[in-house]
Amino acid sequence: MTIDTPLLEAQRVGRRHPDGQAWLLKDVSIQVHPGEAVAVQGPSGAGKTLLLRALALLDPIDEGEIRFHGHCPRHHDVPDTRRQAIYLHQRPELTGPTVEAALRLPFTLAVHRGRDFDRPWIAERLERLGRDASFFAQPTSELSGGEQQIVALLRAMQLDPVVLLLDEPTASLDAQASGAIERLVLDWKAERPDQRAFVWVGHDTAQATRMTDRVIPLRHGRLDQEASP
Amino acid sequence: MNGPIELTTGQVVTAGALIAVSAILSLRLQLGLHGRLLWASARCVVQLLLIGCVLRWIFKPNQPWYVIASLAIAMSLIAGFVAIGRSERRYAGMLLDSVVSVWACSWFVTVIVLAAVVRPEPWYQPQYAIPFLGMILHNTLNGISLGLNRLGNDLVQRRRQIETLLALGATRWEAARSIVQQAIRTGMIPTINAMTVMGIVSLPGMMTGQLVAGVDPIQAVKYQMVIMFAIAAASALGTFGVVLLAYRRLFSADHQFLPDRIRTVRE
Repeated sequence: MTIDTPLLEAQRVGRRHPDGQAWLLKDVSIQVHPGEAVAVQGPSGAGKTLLLRALALLDPIDEGEIRFHGHCPRHHDVPDTRRQAIYLHQRPELTGPTVEAALRLPFTLAVHRGRDFDRPWIAERLERLGRDASFFAQPTSELSGGEQQIVALLRAMQLDPVVLLLDEPTASLDAQASGAIERLVLDWKAERPDQRAFVWVGHDTAQATRMTDRVIPLRHGRLDQEASP
Repeated sequence: MNGPIELTTGQVVTAGALIAVSAILSLRLQLGLHGRLLWASARCVVQLLLIGCVLRWIFKPNQPWYVIASLAIAMSLIAGFVAIGRSERRYAGMLLDSVVSVWACSWFVTVIVLAAVVRPEPWYQPQYAIPFLGMILHNTLNGISLGLNRLGNDLVQRRRQIETLLALGATRWEAARSIVQQAIRTGMIPTINAMTVMGIVSLPGMMTGQLVAGVDPIQAVKYQMVIMFAIAAASALGTFGVVLLAYRRLFSADHQFLPDRIRTVRE
């Protein structure tokens, strides 16, 4: 791996519709380097979520390669790659009766063996967002959309990933909740500005400009060359 | 012990009149079931007469092994087909998984029961092999059917939970484990329930048949125990096998969940 090796890379990635005919993604190549904040933008159905899921190795691809630190992760490498490049769903599934149970969930997985749940670390970040320790005991079923997204983000961040793949994390949230999510992501990256990176999928151009260094435009499953800066 | 009372056709026809009770009930309550009831009764009569003729021929002394094997193969194939008939979710390869599981597990257990426990001479003597295999197949297909149905429904309904776990670094087994366990449990519960109430709530069909045929009740009970243990083993193995085969088709070696492979037949 050279100094210019991207952290995460899609090389001419293509994915067909399950019926085998139309291409949902075609010839998409992008690179995410350490320290970068990248936005993927485009109209609905452009393939933004598919691209993000492909980068997270969650979906099979029909063409091209996904590279992490210059290597194509296969079989046993995949869980460890996903530990370092975590995909966050637009509507997160917390899978736990309380906030604390949801936050502890990843530590039941083999890939995180040897790590422990760090309550003070989470508490400190919650405090910055105006929430005290009682938030840990809150039932996940009673959380607002913004709070669910915060818990999902903290659950991912505590695992010390190098890339966050954020799928419309502020969609259908009010301005205050959106602000909290943006702050959380920017603070996380600022802790190791030269090593950490994130890919942000969203519709809000102003937000993308505010949050990221560059925008990758996507249209009909292809890179939109005309819209590229 | 006395032998069984030989039934005449007239006696069976008299019993058939009892079907009229259900048909009248359906007509009076406008259940709309009388047509289906009569059709089912007619099928029941024809199917039983056919199997009676086949068994009479199969049970003839010195029947070659390949004749018995042919019937056993046909029974196993039909069981494999029937097991997926009730599934609301289907995937490519489901029929093969079902046939392989029903076949392998039922035959494995039946051969053990025949060759190591009951030990007729020869071990594949049709009078023992066919009824034992039939009972084991029936219960195995039920377990497989319930297990597959539960697995398909849970995979579709809990898709986001599975993908959340995978996204956090879970292996495919960690992401699917609770769903796979639940599906196997669902497939095994009817057999466990049946064993729990056996002899209290109902007398099982095989034991009843032996009692009517004049067999000593303790001998009938012993046979019933053997068949129940065999059914429990085959149904557990079959459900476990089919759920595991389905899991391997619906999760890739790269720890990806492949829900596109599942199609809904009916909700």
